[in-house]
Amino acid sequence: MTPLLSVVDISKRFRGLVAVDKVSFTLAEGEIFAVIGPNGAGKTTLFNMIAGMLAPDEGTITFRGRQIDGMPADAVCRLGIGRTFQIVRPFPALSVEDNVTVGALLHRSDVGAARSYARDVLARLDLFDKRDVAASALTLPDRKRLEVARALATDPKLLLLDEVMAGLVPTETDRMVEILRGLNRDMGVTILLIEHVMRAVMALAGQVLVLHHGAAIAQAPPQNVVRDPKVIESYLGAEAAF
Amino acid sequence: MWSIYLNVVLQGVLTGLVYGLMALGLSVIFGVVRVVNFAHGEFAVIAMYAAFILFKAFGLDPLIAAAPIALAFFAVGFVLQMALINSFVSRPEHEQFILLVGLAIVITNALLMIFGPDAQPTNLPYAFDSYLVGPLIIDKVRVYAATAAVVVSAALFAFFRHTRTGAAIRACADNLVGAAVVGLNVKRLYALTFGLGLACVGAAGASMVTIADATPSLGPAYTLLAFTIVIIGGLGSMSGALVGGVLIGVSEALAGFIIAPSMKSMFSFALLIAVLVLRPQGLMGKKRT
Amino acid sequence: MRALWGAMTPRGKVLLAVLVVALLAAPLAVNRYLLSVLTLTLYFVYVGQAWNLMMGYAGQLSLGHALYVGLGGYVAAALWVHFGIGPWLGVFPAVAVAAAFGAAIGWLGFRFGIEGVYFALLTIAFAEFTRIGFDHIAFTGGAGGLFLPYEEKRLGEWWNLRGGQDFFYYLAFALASGGVVIAALLSRARLGFQWLAIREDEIAARALGIDVFRAKMKAVLISSGMTAIGGVFYAFYNNSLFPAQVFDIGRSIELILAPIVGGLGTIFGPVIGALILTPLGEILIAATERLGIDAPGVKAVFYGLLLMIIISLVPNGVWPWIVRRFALVKHKP
Repeated sequence: MTPLLSVVDISKRFRGLVAVDKVSFTLAEGEIFAVIGPNGAGKTTLFNMIAGMLAPDEGTITFRGRQIDGMPADAVCRLGIGRTFQIVRPFPALSVEDNVTVGALLHRSDVGAARSYARDVLARLDLFDKRDVAASALTLPDRKRLEVARALATDPKLLLLDEVMAGLVPTETDRMVEILRGLNRDMGVTILLIEHVMRAVMALAGQVLVLHHGAAIAQAPPQNVVRDPKVIESYLGAEAAF
Repeated sequence: MWSIYLNVVLQGVLTGLVYGLMALGLSVIFGVVRVVNFAHGEFAVIAMYAAFILFKAFGLDPLIAAAPIALAFFAVGFVLQMALINSFVSRPEHEQFILLVGLAIVITNALLMIFGPDAQPTNLPYAFDSYLVGPLIIDKVRVYAATAAVVVSAALFAFFRHTRTGAAIRACADNLVGAAVVGLNVKRLYALTFGLGLACVGAAGASMVTIADATPSLGPAYTLLAFTIVIIGGLGSMSGALVGGVLIGVSEALAGFIIAPSMKSMFSFALLIAVLVLRPQGLMGKKRT
Repeated sequence: MRALWGAMTPRGKVLLAVLVVALLAAPLAVNRYLLSVLTLTLYFVYVGQAWNLMMGYAGQLSLGHALYVGLGGYVAAALWVHFGIGPWLGVFPAVAVAAAFGAAIGWLGFRFGIEGVYFALLTIAFAEFTRIGFDHIAFTGGAGGLFLPYEEKRLGEWWNLRGGQDFFYYLAFALASGGVVIAALLSRARLGFQWLAIREDEIAARALGIDVFRAKMKAVLISSGMTAIGGVFYAFYNNSLFPAQVFDIGRSIELILAPIVGGLGTIFGPVIGALILTPLGEILIAATERLGIDAPGVKAVFYGLLLMIIISLVPNGVWPWIVRRFALVKHKP
């Protein structure tokens, strides 16, 4: 089975600073894959290269058999990769429903059909009741949900989630985990997530990649990764091993 | 033949220095406070009229009147920023534009109502005198005006380079959050900067009246000129404003001479378009982050 | 369209109907001077609407829109004056030329990432450059102007846009209504959503698969083309064109007043804005004349102050406030 996403020896430098250093991994369809590591490890840079916001200096990224490194963000989205932003970017003046409708319009030209699909997506993300609220009026957890809903409406095969759990209290985190599991199971969405909230990583991910100073230092299922001494030393701290 | 060109160029340089001073005011305002001062040229015209009135009433030479006018403009700028413009600094650009365009319209038409549409010349006793240096015939008024412009510019440079307040203002321009974090009173510094910017405009306008007649309709033209110079010279570069001013002054003089006087601005606009497209940071500016 | 109609409350529908009927019946009820004011108002509704598509929806600030008015007017007028080609045909090349300029500006701006202030200055530079250029084009009369012959006996030749005040009034009404309909259709179409997304957050829009360059280009093309039609109207209504007047930056600013005062990015904003501004301006002039004050520029000072007040206090425009206050729409418009 060809992998859905194949990242091979990806590197990125910013004026002498190596942000990502020859990182490689593959994602199979239907997987949930997490990328963890301390701040500045290069996780978001890696995401941005996959999502088309940055072009890698070296290496290749292949998605569904096509090489996508260097492609612009909108083209990458059209091919089937959706993403959320670490600092959420809602369309503030638009309603929640309109926000998601924008996403739904990518693969639907009829506004009515896009709207009704948007409503379905909102229902999945517990936002249906707030569909007429202006996005600027939402709380942070709701904004995060909106961010996911909007990206989901573009019918992605691969969803890139950048720290969606940040700022959520444990009950909200658990609910988000449930939603994401549901997306993965019922809609077949492959998920690649950057996370600091280990609770979510342990609950969701099948594989975890650990980055440190831009380089991959470990890749394994979550329960093995948290026992890896290199990982404990660079990021997790001894308590996480339990 | 070349002596004619030389004269034209020199004239352009001298006029350009005065333009440069006006643009310097905008560079300071736009570069630091990041406000799109679309009333910039209109303020220059107010200064022109102020100098004109002072000359008519007291026989005061505009270049001398430039000092009190600049001071008055500093005060006006300070108050204007504090009272009105400060709340617009964080607002979307188009709202800033509209506010200042509204102000520009008010100024231009108020001047129109008070002084009428006709050009008001300032008839200086030495208006037709010139220095003769070899093949060059240099108008005294232009030399004096340009000198005034250079003096004021130098004073501003010195202020920014060698005073603590100047350094504080430059800090605000470079890194606003950082400036606030280290305790700089950003609002007051903005007001100071706006005041300084308008002071330049005041001095430039007063100087300008020696070489151009005060007319209400000059406002928009000068605003555009100032923006053109700032963009060509480079945002955030004070010397760029002067260099840009000279460049525009010379090119307008040459274009007016070689092609046709009525077409001289066309060249400036074409240059503006080219710079916007190819090198938006201008000749000497830093890339805007 | 049904969605738009359905979104209005009964009160809103009644008011709209009353407005339309009143406007249609105006020539029967008002004198010629007032009718000319209304004609001008409707003209500003139309061009304001065209500009609003680019700014209020796509978020691209053009301060040189008079360029398209001028180009539209000059092309159609020159074709008629020199070749006898009627304006109903001449409007097509007029729109094409204006759209070509719009495309050039759009391409330069969007391809090279010129945004905000810089983009606005780009539009101004083009307008000014063209203004001076037209001073030197003999074919269109140069600085002295292009005059459309006005003959009494030819009144009634609607195909040459020769008519009385009533004729031009209804033409302006048709344009204004057409403009409102186009804005309503576009704002609820896929393209309208793309524009709003770009206006709100271009980067997020891209991440949702929107081809931002194409959407922005469509905005410029549609806006400039629509404005050009207004220019054709302007030329044949006023029967004369002068570069210094028609391309002037003052004109560019004049036509953006109504949408800003009324409300950017709304369908009825430009309508309300024009309905407020134009008659108010005329009243002001009439009042000052009545008082014996000879003050050219009073109207403009008033506009300037109004602009400053509106943008300070109600930056989103008067229309959204009216909608909320008088409950004219069920959801946000």
